[in-house]
Amino acid sequence: MDILDIAIIGGGPAGLTASIYAIRSGLKAVIFDKGIYGGQANQAPWIENYPGFDEISGMDLMDKMRAQAMKYVEIKDSENVESITKDDRNFIVKTSKEEYHFRSVIYATGSVHRRLGAPGEGRLLGKGVSYCATCDGFFFKDKKVAIIGGGNNAATEAIYLKKLGTDVTIVHRRDELRAEDSHKDTIVEMGINVVYDSVVEEILGENMVEGIRLKNVKTGDISDLNFNGVFISIGDIPQTELVKDMGVDIDDSGYIVVDKAQRTNIPHFYTAGDVSGGFRQIITACSEGAIAANSAHEDLAKPYWT
Amino acid sequence: MMKMDNELERIRKKKLEELMMSTEWPDKPQEVKDENFDDFVKKYNVVLIDCWAPWCGPCRMLGPTIDEIAGEYKGKVAFGKLNTDENRDIPMRHSIMSIPTMLFFVDGKLVDTAVGALPKNTITEKLDSLLN
Repeated sequence: MDILDIAIIGGGPAGLTASIYAIRSGLKAVIFDKGIYGGQANQAPWIENYPGFDEISGMDLMDKMRAQAMKYVEIKDSENVESITKDDRNFIVKTSKEEYHFRSVIYATGSVHRRLGAPGEGRLLGKGVSYCATCDGFFFKDKKVAIIGGGNNAATEAIYLKKLGTDVTIVHRRDELRAEDSHKDTIVEMGINVVYDSVVEEILGENMVEGIRLKNVKTGDISDLNFNGVFISIGDIPQTELVKDMGVDIDDSGYIVVDKAQRTNIPHFYTAGDVSGGFRQIITACSEGAIAANSAHEDLAKPYWT
Repeated sequence: MMKMDNELERIRKKKLEELMMSTEWPDKPQEVKDENFDDFVKKYNVVLIDCWAPWCGPCRMLGPTIDEIAGEYKGKVAFGKLNTDENRDIPMRHSIMSIPTMLFFVDGKLVDTAVGALPKNTITEKLDSLLN
């Protein structure tokens, strides 16, 4: 059986960049991707902080990265990785179709949207509850929506929806948005409403979203507001299911613990991008992917622990 | 009014016959539009329509899964893809507010709806239960 140098799990910015660096440094690598073609970065309506592009949509940027990576690497996107185990020499990646052996792994599976956990959220999913403004914003043109969250993603989605012609209200649990100032300024300029100090108690509606029940965290007051849609943007959960049994160190927030060289506590097992925490930007995911590939290369040539 | 209804019915039947004549059972998803949606879902016993749009990341994830299932269920389930960007009437009729949304039809009637890029086995389980 062929034993390749690196399995890259995940085809977002981290995994794609890792593949470019790995193969250019002479390693044999394969990407396993769930088929989302670029991961969560795809869902960014636009990106203004990736140098080289004044403004580019997440999908366009990821198409370019993917096309570039595919000049080098094979992307296996029709088979799902079911488990990663380790014998005394190699990593065994078992997919829905086959079993593969690798000398090292770069784990870059990213994260999934965090759920609010409010009653009505699951029941009204697709009936006004959404986690993706770029996907679903169009259906709410000329309607009234609430964005739940206060970070950069929530702010970008609010601005995106407002530009589409949607009546937008941001609902945030604190007394100030966490989003960067440039977004905050735009929110004020565009006249986007912000409700501070409020958490969602319930998403209301029989068959469709009709509104939300809010609780003011300072006064305890309860109020019902009418909305046609609720976009939830309250952060992400790192996807670490595949590595839990391997004994990979995970921190209290659920992120894989890495050193500056993107090494985990398991030799030849690296991680990059959202799943390793940190700043969680496209540019840092790329950077971490490049560093992980370099560390993998160095360790295969001369392991640091010998 | 009556006359117009008859005329519409006649056109519909003709179109339906054309459809029946022109295609064999598809082994890959067919592009469905507002205009031929009703004919398509009535033509086969069990039909799955994948409502998608080019700007939607999760739709891209679901696409290849649907293609794969279409090959495996040839002769049992017909698959259609409806671009919600180009076709507005059907999404509105089915109150679609999120994509991807899958619509499941049996004998021309909507029997189930599923939202999101679901894993393959979740979709095939739904289809199997509709086939039995």
